[in-house]
Amino acid sequence: MAETGRLSALGSAPPVRAALRYGAITAVALAAFAMVLLLAGKDPLRAYADTFSYTLANAYGFSELLVRMTPLLLTAVAVALPSRLGLINVGGEGQLYMGAWLASAGALMFPGLPRWQLLPLVALLGFIGGAVWAAIPGVLRAARLVNETIATLLLNYVAPLIVSYFIFGPWRDVRGSAYPQSSAFSEAARLPSFFDTRVHGGLLIALAALLAYWLIMEKTRWGVDMRAIGGNPEAARRLGLPVAAWIVIALAIGGGFAGLAGMGEAMGIHGRLRQGLSPGYGFTGFLIAWLAGGRPLGILFMAFLFAIITSAGDTLQITQGLPYSAINLLLAMILFIVLARRPRKAGR
Amino acid sequence: MPGREASVAAAVPPGAPLVEVRGVSKRYGPVLANDQVDLTLRGGEVHALLGENGAGKSTLSKIIYGFTRPDAGAVRVAGEPAALRSPRDARALGIGMVFQNFMLIPAMTVLENIALFLTDLPAVVRREAVAARIRAFGERFGLHVDPSALVRQLSVGDQQKVEILKLLLARARVLILDEPTKVLAPHEVEALFRVFAALKAEGYAILFITHKLREVLACADRITVMRQGRVAGGFGPGEADAGALVRLMFGEAGPVGDEAPAGPEARPAAAGPILELLGASARAVGSETALTGLDLCVRAGEIVGVAGVSGSGQKELGDLILGLRPLSGGSKRLCGEDASSWSIARMREAGVAFVPEDPLVMAAVPGMSVRENLYLGTGRRYRKGAGVRWRALEAAMAESFRALAFPVPRLDPPIGALSGGNLQRVVIAREMAHRPRLIVALYPTRGLDVRSAASVRDLLRRARDGGGGVLLISEDLDELAELADRLFVLYAGAFRGCFPRGGWQTGAVGRLMTGEREADHG
Amino acid sequence: MTTPLFSGVLAGAILSGTSLLYATLGETLVERAGIVNLGLEGILLIGASTGFATAAATGSAWLGLLVAALSGGLANILFGWLVVSRRANQLASGLAMLFFGFGLSALVGTPYVGAVITGLPKWRPAWLAALPWVSGSTLFNYDALTWMALPVAVLVWWALFRTRWGLGVRAVGESPAAAFASGRSPGILQFQALSAGGVLGGLAGAHLSLSLTLTWAEYMTAGRGFIAIALVIFSKWHPLRAVAGALLFGGAEALQLQLQARGTDVSPFLLEMFPYLLTILVLLAWGGARRLAAPASLGRTFYGSE
Repeated sequence: MAETGRLSALGSAPPVRAALRYGAITAVALAAFAMVLLLAGKDPLRAYADTFSYTLANAYGFSELLVRMTPLLLTAVAVALPSRLGLINVGGEGQLYMGAWLASAGALMFPGLPRWQLLPLVALLGFIGGAVWAAIPGVLRAARLVNETIATLLLNYVAPLIVSYFIFGPWRDVRGSAYPQSSAFSEAARLPSFFDTRVHGGLLIALAALLAYWLIMEKTRWGVDMRAIGGNPEAARRLGLPVAAWIVIALAIGGGFAGLAGMGEAMGIHGRLRQGLSPGYGFTGFLIAWLAGGRPLGILFMAFLFAIITSAGDTLQITQGLPYSAINLLLAMILFIVLARRPRKAGR
Repeated sequence: MPGREASVAAAVPPGAPLVEVRGVSKRYGPVLANDQVDLTLRGGEVHALLGENGAGKSTLSKIIYGFTRPDAGAVRVAGEPAALRSPRDARALGIGMVFQNFMLIPAMTVLENIALFLTDLPAVVRREAVAARIRAFGERFGLHVDPSALVRQLSVGDQQKVEILKLLLARARVLILDEPTKVLAPHEVEALFRVFAALKAEGYAILFITHKLREVLACADRITVMRQGRVAGGFGPGEADAGALVRLMFGEAGPVGDEAPAGPEARPAAAGPILELLGASARAVGSETALTGLDLCVRAGEIVGVAGVSGSGQKELGDLILGLRPLSGGSKRLCGEDASSWSIARMREAGVAFVPEDPLVMAAVPGMSVRENLYLGTGRRYRKGAGVRWRALEAAMAESFRALAFPVPRLDPPIGALSGGNLQRVVIAREMAHRPRLIVALYPTRGLDVRSAASVRDLLRRARDGGGGVLLISEDLDELAELADRLFVLYAGAFRGCFPRGGWQTGAVGRLMTGEREADHG
Repeated sequence: MTTPLFSGVLAGAILSGTSLLYATLGETLVERAGIVNLGLEGILLIGASTGFATAAATGSAWLGLLVAALSGGLANILFGWLVVSRRANQLASGLAMLFFGFGLSALVGTPYVGAVITGLPKWRPAWLAALPWVSGSTLFNYDALTWMALPVAVLVWWALFRTRWGLGVRAVGESPAAAFASGRSPGILQFQALSAGGVLGGLAGAHLSLSLTLTWAEYMTAGRGFIAIALVIFSKWHPLRAVAGALLFGGAEALQLQLQARGTDVSPFLLEMFPYLLTILVLLAWGGARRLAAPASLGRTFYGSE
């Protein structure tokens, strides 16, 4: 499969112009989706109004947006960082689950630790879980055995199964109902939340991750090396850069961020390990990173936008009886519009 | 059976013009690539189009082949004005072209590659019939290839045969060949000229584009010399001589650049060994060439040349020396130390520099700035914790540019925005910045204009004179004659001979380059 | 005890492998033309959902099959518009198709969740049914798609390797410049390959809902599209080798189901992992060599004459 260079959807426009462009695209997509809604027998104006009132119009709704944004920021960085080396990480789903899994292992094994010890441990485990899960395809790719796109994709299906195995098996909640989930974590393992909302410490972690990503890529020599590999891997190799090692490292770091997203969901929202932790955060993260061209500010903006859209999905399911999955059509339309723009000069 | 000739030549008496170019001009921006060019191609003739790089030969051939439309002038085919809007039109009129970069699909067979270009191929391909036609044409004109062979397994010379067969089976009568001998060994060139003779005897017209004087004198019936977009002169059969051609090609001033005579020069005795290969071998993967038992020594203050036809293992040899390819046997030493398992980073740190043929592909990252590209490949020298000592780097590089008498470029723009010559200069300045002990130059002047090529050669000489060692891997025997103090011949991954400066002839070396043993030739 | 297991697995392999084979054949055609459709999963879902919905609404599984095939073809043409006409990045476009498939299939299929349909009729030649080890099992009792699977594979092989059209398609996948220079239009050939591939993909999805499970559920393809993409690599982009690959993975799935049905101690989740892990292992074991077999221009976009 061909190597792709840096993810780039909308080129290198300055932030304000880029934001306007994104806005215009969203507007067109909303119009197109409205037609889909009409065809499905729903009322688009009502749908959009409901979405607005549930999300932007009230404080709690807005806080819910932040809740959704948290994992999206992390899974987007999980894609963006490896993409600077030309690596395609579509395994955010799996890495998220494995992060949640390993973090849960820690929480369940050391419930008695004080919070100032347990939280960092659990966060570290979340990172490691995702990192290892991504390092496997990284090694396969570095050894030129398997393309990382396919490997990360396939592992996406394996990770939730591992989680399910533990939830139904060794970690089963003995006290709870028939609902499949692990035992509850101790209070010490839970991320603190803010102001009576569900917004949790994971948001801070996510923002820190975004900042770290920017710092590493732009301000360190490691960023220069990684960008060189992404720009011309053959030349990078010939100039002495350890390309194979970087491939594994970059994917591992990316996976680690996705693992933190999983940890955040488990420790911040649910308080236990459950099935269905992620309604496609991994894939959505890929789209966010791609639309944002791998740029941190763009990721922030797109994550917010996608948070609204996924909120709309839930809202519409409740208010209009539309299956949640239908919102994927809106996402697809946004993508179609971006992809169908003026044909580019560059290659792949 | 090869009998259905194109209707193009059917009504044309032998010797009459098949293609006439009259007053053709073409401008690309500020450059007048073709200026009122006249040319006539007759059946049964080899017509050579001679000129230096940039003289306008390529443009003219593209116009005849329909790739480009001229701004002025006209092309007539078989006496009728021709509307050549695309190569398809040209092919319909019986004009075919073999480019320098073959339009072949390596993963497909010879038969499939040829069938792809047949205009009369039925919807269900009759493979045996096509194969029979291929063999028949092969017999007739000396173009023997196995139709069921995969193109990627063929030698470059055989691939060229496939390209020519493609044209013949598609019923071309006029064959344009752009620098066909560039990739051939000397005796393969002779075989090509025999093919020309066979074609010419059956009335085909051949336009042979080249910048090599000797070949033109050897095989051409008619010669047109171009210089700076104009026809500088023309000769009929038997009229031309080397001196006249040179004068027309270069004007009265003579060739640009340093053509130092290739006579034996008094060289100070070379000093201690910098690079030694002792029985070095390397494995091959896929279509690579394995290297077997190479013995090589590059001393300080000498240029060692390696000649060979394309595909003999040059790239693999370069990679082996640089540390990009592991040894599977034997050893490699750098200044006496065993460097057999050193990584490329370590080799570079120890003072090994690399000047490749295509820096944008092999030595630079197009999207990054000039400054960042200068940093890459300096290894640990300018690291500082998590950052880079940019000022120190810039100072050192500026010094290097000055020492080479290159203008210091602006550091912020992306390196991909530089012109080819400037880009090569940045790469060279970077490689030379820390006084490398060994320079590995892999086709360093390929694709460069005459001036840049001369300046690269000059650089290699200066590096040698300054006490460094240079390994020059090149396909240009003239260049090797000029620069190499010693010359190795590489064929199929093994050395076939070693000659001192002035102690070899093109013919003998050429035969070694294609695998013949020295003893085979009287 | 092992014979029924073996015949059970074999029967299951053929049943399961049918949709895998159609999907793989479709993707092989498309990739031979130089295009990767990572959204194949979405095409399968579209086929499954439109097929099921049509069958539920009209009572005719055959009509469902037809609609599924057409929907798959149209979806691939939409994909083609993105990657060929608009020269968009193939990877991102593939994922866009994936989301499109998720959404469209949900919209189309949800109203019919729980509907009962008569699936594609199964049929077995009498002389085969009379054989002792055949009667009493489900072996050789197949619907039209399964019976046609091998012939379709041969047809795809023949089209690619024995016709002028196939030569052109393969040339586009190897070197669009060469294909263009030979007077062909790479874009048109790619659209043709995409249409055919989309039809096959739609049929692959339809087989799941109209024959294998006779239901519709969101995400019911469970990654088969991605396994098919891996199978294309596994079979070195060759339609006939794809048959072996589809059987192998169909067998893995069938084995896992058989073991579950027989009440083994192994957790069903671990069993379900088996096909995906097997895919990775297989690619790993033969991955390096297969890289060389890929169409040289796979994944790139072509920009007319240079």
